[in-house]
Amino acid sequence: MTASVYPHVQPTDPALLTKKDFQTDQDPRWCPGCGDYSILAQVQRILPELGIPKEQIVFISGIGCSSRFPYYMNTFGMHSIHGRAPAIASGVKTLRPGLSVWVVTGDGDALAIGGNHFIHALRRNMDLKILMFNNRIYGLTKGQYSPTSEQGKKTKSSPAGAPDYPFNPISVALSAEATFVARAADIDAKGLPAVLERAAKHKGSAFIEIYQNCPIFNDGAHDYLTDRKTKADHELRLEHGKPLRFGPKLEKGVALDARMQPVVVDVAEYGEDRLLVHDEQNDSLAYFLSRLVHPAFPTPVGVFRCVERPSYDQLVEEQIDTARGRKVQSVQQALEAGETWTIT
Amino acid sequence: MLEKHTEVLESVAIRFAGDSGDGMQLTGTQFTETTALAGNDLATFPDYPAEIRAPAGTLGGVSGFQLNLSSRDVFTPGDEPDVLVAMNPAALKVNLPDLKPGGILILNTEQFNDKNLERAGYKSNPVEDGSLAAYRVYPVDITGLTLKSIADVGLNQRAAVRCKNFFALGLAYWMFNRTLDHTIAWIEQTMAKKDALAAQANMKALKAGHAFGETAEIFTHSYVIPEANIAPGKYKNITGNEATAMGLLAAMQLSGLEMFLGTYPITPATDILHHLSKYKHLGVKTFQAEDEIAGICSAIGASYAGGLAVTTTSGPGLALKSEAMNLALMIETPLVIVNVQRGGPSTGLPTKTEQSDLLQALFGRNGESPIPVIAAKSPGDCFDCAIEAARIAITSMTPVLLLTDGYLANGSEPWRIPQLTDLPRIPVHFHTEPNGFQPYSRDERGARPWAIPGTPGLEHRVGGLEKANLTGNVAYDGGNHELMCRLRADKIRRIADDLPATEVHGNLDGDVLVVGWGGTYGAIRAGVDKVLRDGHRVAHVHLRNLNPLPNDLGAILHRFKRVLVPEINLGQLSRILRERYLIDAVGYNRLQGKPFKESEIARAVLAELERV
Repeated sequence: MTASVYPHVQPTDPALLTKKDFQTDQDPRWCPGCGDYSILAQVQRILPELGIPKEQIVFISGIGCSSRFPYYMNTFGMHSIHGRAPAIASGVKTLRPGLSVWVVTGDGDALAIGGNHFIHALRRNMDLKILMFNNRIYGLTKGQYSPTSEQGKKTKSSPAGAPDYPFNPISVALSAEATFVARAADIDAKGLPAVLERAAKHKGSAFIEIYQNCPIFNDGAHDYLTDRKTKADHELRLEHGKPLRFGPKLEKGVALDARMQPVVVDVAEYGEDRLLVHDEQNDSLAYFLSRLVHPAFPTPVGVFRCVERPSYDQLVEEQIDTARGRKVQSVQQALEAGETWTIT
Repeated sequence: MLEKHTEVLESVAIRFAGDSGDGMQLTGTQFTETTALAGNDLATFPDYPAEIRAPAGTLGGVSGFQLNLSSRDVFTPGDEPDVLVAMNPAALKVNLPDLKPGGILILNTEQFNDKNLERAGYKSNPVEDGSLAAYRVYPVDITGLTLKSIADVGLNQRAAVRCKNFFALGLAYWMFNRTLDHTIAWIEQTMAKKDALAAQANMKALKAGHAFGETAEIFTHSYVIPEANIAPGKYKNITGNEATAMGLLAAMQLSGLEMFLGTYPITPATDILHHLSKYKHLGVKTFQAEDEIAGICSAIGASYAGGLAVTTTSGPGLALKSEAMNLALMIETPLVIVNVQRGGPSTGLPTKTEQSDLLQALFGRNGESPIPVIAAKSPGDCFDCAIEAARIAITSMTPVLLLTDGYLANGSEPWRIPQLTDLPRIPVHFHTEPNGFQPYSRDERGARPWAIPGTPGLEHRVGGLEKANLTGNVAYDGGNHELMCRLRADKIRRIADDLPATEVHGNLDGDVLVVGWGGTYGAIRAGVDKVLRDGHRVAHVHLRNLNPLPNDLGAILHRFKRVLVPEINLGQLSRILRERYLIDAVGYNRLQGKPFKESEIARAVLAELERV
């Protein structure tokens, strides 16, 4: 911001922020028991720890239950139109690279009506933190199948079962060249804040798929992963540099068989040194992990991919620097550029 | 040797026509720039097919460029060309109906072979069969002479043949007593950098064409068009799209804001992006989005963040942007939407001009959706209108639609370059005071405060859901909704209070008032002037502001017995005027992808006078 019309303001001190500072006077209008409450609480919990002045944080959402999120965050925010949040956020971030820009979206908002904006924001490595609440159903319109609903899902709009093959959001994000891709569940009080914090600190496009429970229209969709009784059997916590182990006593592991297919093995029998080792910078491995799908395989949570490359706003700033040496140095000169003649 | 005469003309219209690969647009542009440097007033009209390279020699692949040059004021590219340069039979077939009786016809005979004649649908060769007897025909083997003149350069056959447009250009320069200097400099400075050999060949072809006019025993006349009486100042020749881009740059400077253009390429609007993308270091960020919707949405984001936000498009793209335009309206944030109109509906006629998006601009959105609409009247006026659009957007915190069209966008005219220091600033006030801050409070214009991210204590939420008055919280109650709809409408209505008095050209009252808008200005003005010279009581009003309409328009309309509204559509402004002012406004409507002719406007006005 060079021109003087912009406000000259002192940023507030982020060290003084608490969770309470991020709460608004608006009562959330989500159904009782909705997973969104838990996600909201976790986001409000981690924001004070990021060292970012509150006024420099912007939440942009689209349409859907999840997209009411900005109303409950005491930051700058926009509840925009269906599917377009990544495009709007791209404009905010490109004009004002200093802002911390977050997108809150759902499986319908990001992957159906907004699919195009979603993949292109990721492709550009736009420095946005995209939180996609995946409840695998359309909640706000009262229960139609979504692009992540399982095939055969019976809903009001698919009484005979949905014929559609679903998207795998992590696979989509990876294929769209997102530089940070992670997954967590709404009520995972350890895993969710951990990936939120890492996403916030990542410079570039960060995508988090958050498994979120819709108690009204798709209750229990993620229970296998979040219920204390079954969680350990199904959750594969990804840790950079560590072998892929899971189970109540980490007794099971994931390896590649001779046909390069994933297999679940008994660690004691198979040997820990033959298991796959997680590497956040290995593109092929990240994609491979995204294809581990319940119930045949454990569900990976944590960071699938985290790589560094210049973000869109950085590349634009570089181009501006390069252009500074140009012949035309002012708007007046631009008006006068090219062939001119003078009438006296 | 034949004696050569020089004849003085007041004005002349020339059309270069050939295959879309023949370089006719370049030829026309070079002739235009040289003409401008010679001090003539001028207007141009490029006309090219939607296909980048239609099959060679076919009617669909004909590309043309017309310019009107004069020693007096020029309003249009000219009704009918006085001179037609046709590089092949298809170009002749397509353009001959426009040529003035007795006009000059220069034909590239080499292309009039059996194959090309058949492709153009000629049963016999018009060069030989006497069918062109009504014109002054100059058959010239342009291709053959070009090849001879550059034989020593060593280009391959294909590349050598491509130099023929410079031979034609040289010949035209001779015919109208133009110097070769400007084009020689262009070849040396621009073309030589890309391909030195081609530059050398084109230079030779250009000079050979000129020398051919001088020495060949077929041309008896050359012509001089004296300098026009033009206001003092520094000029350049400018197209509407370039003027729009320059106007936006100027608005950026006058407001002190950074600019953001979010857009998606679409004919005929793309050149605005091309121009602005060159000026990143002056504070313009251009963003080539993934689609039209992302173009406007990214601009809305940038506006929300405090930028001079712009999106550019053409008709089908405007349709895609409708929902987002309403978001900008609802969150009351400034945004300039440029719609370079083209032939519709659907994909329509992408490269042809039309004025048929007025009703879409005014009404093409859900709900009560008042958005200011302004329209440029000439290529140079696009500059002023772009500034005006930005001024309204910022001072009233609203999206604004600027309508131009394909004719203005690609047509050009000499433009007096303004000094930015002479132009009024666009006042911008970013809200900073947290005490008592209400996101949906309003100033004397009805505009809400611009409170951008990064300002401590102003954290607030906006969105597409209905807003509670003052607080901007989500509100569903009916009374508040009606209040907000009325407040938004009133804010736009109030813009009319700041408009200058409407200019009435001609009689202040009388028989026929001709009301136009947009790119038809030149033809209407010239047509009305013709009728005025015959002593009729007529006048011309050309509207820039289409929403809100000027406060004084109703009174002006009622001072005339008849109101005639020429439009390149089936009657859109006429419908608005009838509905708004309860007058029997009559349309004169054509939509054939072409601008109006001066003569047809004059005829339409005379016909309307008969009905008085």
